[in-house]
Amino acid sequence: MKSSRTYSTANKPLRLFLTLSLVTVLAAVLSMALGAVYVSPWRVVSALFTGADGSVEANIALYARLPRVCGCILAGAALALSGAITQSVLANPLASPGTIGVNSGAGVAAAICCAVAPTAQALVPIAAFIGAMAAAMLVLFIAERTGAAKITLVLAGVAISNILSAGVDAVVTFAPEALNAYSDFRIGSLENLTMQRLLYPAIVTALAMAAALLMTNELDVLMLGADTAESLGMKAGRVRILLLAVAAALAGAAVSFAGLLGFVGLIAPHMMRRFTGDEARYLLPASALGGAALLLICDTASRTLFAPYELPVGITLAFIGGPFFIWLLLRQRRGRTA
Amino acid sequence: MIELKNLRAGYHGEEVLHGVSLSFSPGKITVLCGPNGCGKSTLLKAALGMLPRSGGEVYIDGDELGSLTRREIARRAAYMPQDRFAPSISVRRMTLHGRFPYLGWPRRYTKADYAAAERALERADALDIASRSLTELSGGQRQRAYLAMALAQETSSVLMDEPTAFMDIAHQLALMDTARALALEGRAVALVLHDLCLALKCADKLALLREGELVSFGTGEEVFASGELDRTMGVHVRRVMTPDGWQYYYA
Repeated sequence: MKSSRTYSTANKPLRLFLTLSLVTVLAAVLSMALGAVYVSPWRVVSALFTGADGSVEANIALYARLPRVCGCILAGAALALSGAITQSVLANPLASPGTIGVNSGAGVAAAICCAVAPTAQALVPIAAFIGAMAAAMLVLFIAERTGAAKITLVLAGVAISNILSAGVDAVVTFAPEALNAYSDFRIGSLENLTMQRLLYPAIVTALAMAAALLMTNELDVLMLGADTAESLGMKAGRVRILLLAVAAALAGAAVSFAGLLGFVGLIAPHMMRRFTGDEARYLLPASALGGAALLLICDTASRTLFAPYELPVGITLAFIGGPFFIWLLLRQRRGRTA
Repeated sequence: MIELKNLRAGYHGEEVLHGVSLSFSPGKITVLCGPNGCGKSTLLKAALGMLPRSGGEVYIDGDELGSLTRREIARRAAYMPQDRFAPSISVRRMTLHGRFPYLGWPRRYTKADYAAAERALERADALDIASRSLTELSGGQRQRAYLAMALAQETSSVLMDEPTAFMDIAHQLALMDTARALALEGRAVALVLHDLCLALKCADKLALLREGELVSFGTGEEVFASGELDRTMGVHVRRVMTPDGWQYYYA
């Protein structure tokens, strides 16, 4: 092959980013247009730029549907980015935010919250975020004590997740009335969001995203193996922990308001790796955009396909994302393992 | 320049290297030989502070290892590991990561880094594979990519663990030429080689290790004359004088 001046295996990254952005924007407009009351896409766009004009349609688009669209974009981007980082750091294609205990931590905290304060639904997101971070920190702490080897991280994550899942079952056994509220959280749903509820998750996500984008070279070098990373002057164990903490913050922020939508974090990065390879400076932004688009499309489908019934987005995600993911695996070229 | 004085090191509290003293001198190719498990790789890693020491001293360009940060070590000595991972990253990008020890705020490579990477690609004879992904490469091509990354570090010492493994004979000889060129520039070059005949022919200094101890250290001729080579490796090495100098062979 003739050598060219490109510094990447990524096939035209700019075009990929533009396409993904366009898909996300189109999906967002479509999502705000469709529903029980149809609002023409043109009205949606004009309402977005000029604000509420007092009409019912503009109000529905801006106040009923926009927060949900923002929530999808935020959760999809954060979870996919978190998954991309986790997979690369652990060199494990099966890894996702759940691998480092984020989901089980958020789950047990949400279950306890539902059991102890069944009327205080507003507390669930805060509890979930704290639980997610606490579980991830516990996993990272255990791994750090043993040198932060990749396999120790995965095993510690599995152990902690199992203990916490048992904790969820125990809570639900003793307080069956918590089951209903907890069930919504477990499946994952983006109903009843408001812009206020998205504020803190958005801040956490933005900070963690900035940190991740500053560490793309570190991520690449880690993928070349611990020996190479150390010989290039990196404290591999410490950087690994730091990157996973960033991944945990991203996933924790998303899970706190969207529930356990871990599947986005597994499949979106894999989809993007087909286009970008493993180079983090392309993979991370592409994963964030791809995750946002994927969740937005699945959420719109779950709202509209079986109207007036609404499927929780976690179910649609599994039904749309799962087969698509398998299709990708089937046409995967040999030797191109992710 | 790397000097080891009575170096002891190992893994998980188990000592592999039982007090080795030698030096990788500037302008010289030092080759480490010895049976599997004798501590060659351990020696290279311990010399760069990648393994905990249980005793002894290491000096890199005159400074004790313990007084240097990881980044400072990486700017003085490059290391090519035995395990060469192959994520889906282009060879050119990977070579650029050889500049990682020089990376400053805001964590982006500079024009000078790109130029250094390009020079390294050329020297490692890797320009032809520069825009390919590591995943698509053969073992020997991957080796050249790792060599390019090590060269991009632009260090006074270059340590390579089995750099010729998986390489065809032409690339093995090309690698030895590259090693010689690095030495001629005044760098200290240290290689782990399994091919004794290649080692005896190319090394300025040969270090023969057995069970974590240095049994012989000197020029190829000296080590050959010591008779330790046959005893340590369990083979019979012979030589004949040819118009190209001594040629070594296994009897």
